Parts: sequence; C-alpha cells; structure tokens
Amino acid sequence: MEAVIFLVCAAAVLTGAFGVILARNPVHSALFLLMTLVGIAVLYLQLAAALVAAIQIVVYASAIVVLFLFVITLLGVDRLEPAESTVSTRRLQTPVAVVLGVLFVAGIIALAGDTWATGARSVRGRLGPARDGNVETLARVLFTDFVWAFEITAVLLVIAVIGGVVLARRSGRRETTAGEAGA
Amino acid sequence: MSAAVRITSSYYLVLAAVLFTVGAVGLLVRRNTIVMFMCIELMLNAANLTFVAFADALDDISGQVIVFFTLVVAAAEVAVGLALIVAIFRRRQDVTADDVSMLGG
Repeated sequence: MEAVIFLVCAAAVLTGAFGVILARNPVHSALFLLMTLVGIAVLYLQLAAALVAAIQIVVYASAIVVLFLFVITLLGVDRLEPAESTVSTRRLQTPVAVVLGVLFVAGIIALAGDTWATGARSVRGRLGPARDGNVETLARVLFTDFVWAFEITAVLLVIAVIGGVVLARRSGRRETTAGEAGA
Repeated sequence: MSAAVRITSSYYLVLAAVLFTVGAVGLLVRRNTIVMFMCIELMLNAANLTFVAFADALDDISGQVIVFFTLVVAAAEVAVGLALIVAIFRRRQDVTADDVSMLGG
C-alpha cells in the first residue's frame, strides 16, 4: 500500500513538474504546479508530517498558486511566449541546461547509490510513537530551540510586505507623473 | 505485488533530487518570469521534501520545523517577486526575461 501511494504521488509530482516547464501557457503551468504541490503534501503524510502537509495545502496550494494565477490574469500575460529568444546566447542555453540537469541527477544517484548520510538521531525531539499527532512536539521545538529564527521570520515577512507595497506603489506614481507631463 | 517493495528514505531523496533538477532546468530554459518563479517554487519544495524525509529517517522533529522557515521564505519571495513582475510589466508591457536582460531602466 505504501509503495502504491508513493508511486502514484511520485508520478503526480514529476508529471506536474515537467508540466510546469513544458506548458506553453502560464495558466497551465500554475495548474501543473498545483498538482506537484498536492502530490508532495500526500508524501508528507506518508512521512509522518501531518501538520506540514496541512500547511503545504493551505499556504502553497492555496495562497501561492492563487497569487500566481491572480498576477497572470491581472497582467494578461497568458499568451504564449515567443519561440525564438531575442538574446542570442539563449539559443545555446537550453541544450546545455538539459545536459547539465541529466548529469546532475546521474551524479546524485551515483553518489547516493550505496552510501547513506549519517546524523545524530532525535536531537531536538522524537516524532513520537504514534507518528501522527506531532503538533505538540513541533510547537515546543519551534518556540524554544528555534525561537530566534521564528522572530527573524517575522521581521522578514514585514520587510517583504513593505517591499511589495513600495514596489507596486512607486511605478504607479511614475505613471501618474508621465500622464501629467503628457497632458 | 507491492508488499515486496519497501519504500525507504532513499526513494524520497531521489524523487526530491529529480524534482530539484527539473526546477533548475526549467529556470534556465523558460523565459516567462512568472514560470521561472514557479520553477523556484519547485526547487524549494524539493528541499522541503528532503528535510521531511530526513526528519522521518532520523526520527528528529527539527527537519519539519525548518520546513516552516522555508515556507515563510517562499511566501516572502513570491510576494516581493510578483510585485517586481508587476512593476516591470508597467514599464515594459511584457514579462519575458529577454526584455530585462540588460537590467537597465
């Protein structure tokens, strides 16, 4: 059963990933991305990470994909991208990127073939014997050992929100000045 | 049929490696900046899958905690990145990477 779930989810994840980079239409790419994200959420459930799976669905599959679709429809950029690049060096880039990607995967699989990464077991806290209700352990570690990182993410989010507002506003002001100059 | 196959952490790690590579190749191949952002999301998700797979393998919760921080970074990156795309679109009326290849105004 575990193998069947893994194979189905891995197929969904990889189909979605290839769909993202092969679909010509950005809207289709966003929907393929959704497929990948849901597949990964199911794999998280398999790996005893129920809370992470829930947050994957709520934050990634809902908020981020909807944000992508919102920007695509807002800008009306869902037309196909031109086949030929205007930058001449890009013509070589595609085959080189594909070759390097294949070499990268082959290298990782060759390196990971008969070795196994070692590490200290259960430094911060065990997943728990039931392996499904680990929200308590997760919260305790998050608010004790990782509390500094947690506070810094708050700063990061504030900076990101302010940055987003500033970036969107500044170009709007420039447009009005251009309009006034034209009038 | 499937009882013989035991899914170890290596399967998840190889899947994450392939997913990361697809994202990296897509980032280099595509020229629509919105799709390039989606490829970055694929790479971040591959890293998250690695963290959760190691949390399961080593029975340590901190792998799952780090996924939260990655999620926050991804959300911040998307917010700023899409604002940048909107700003570029207002000046250029297009969002392919070719148009901003000189990084000039």
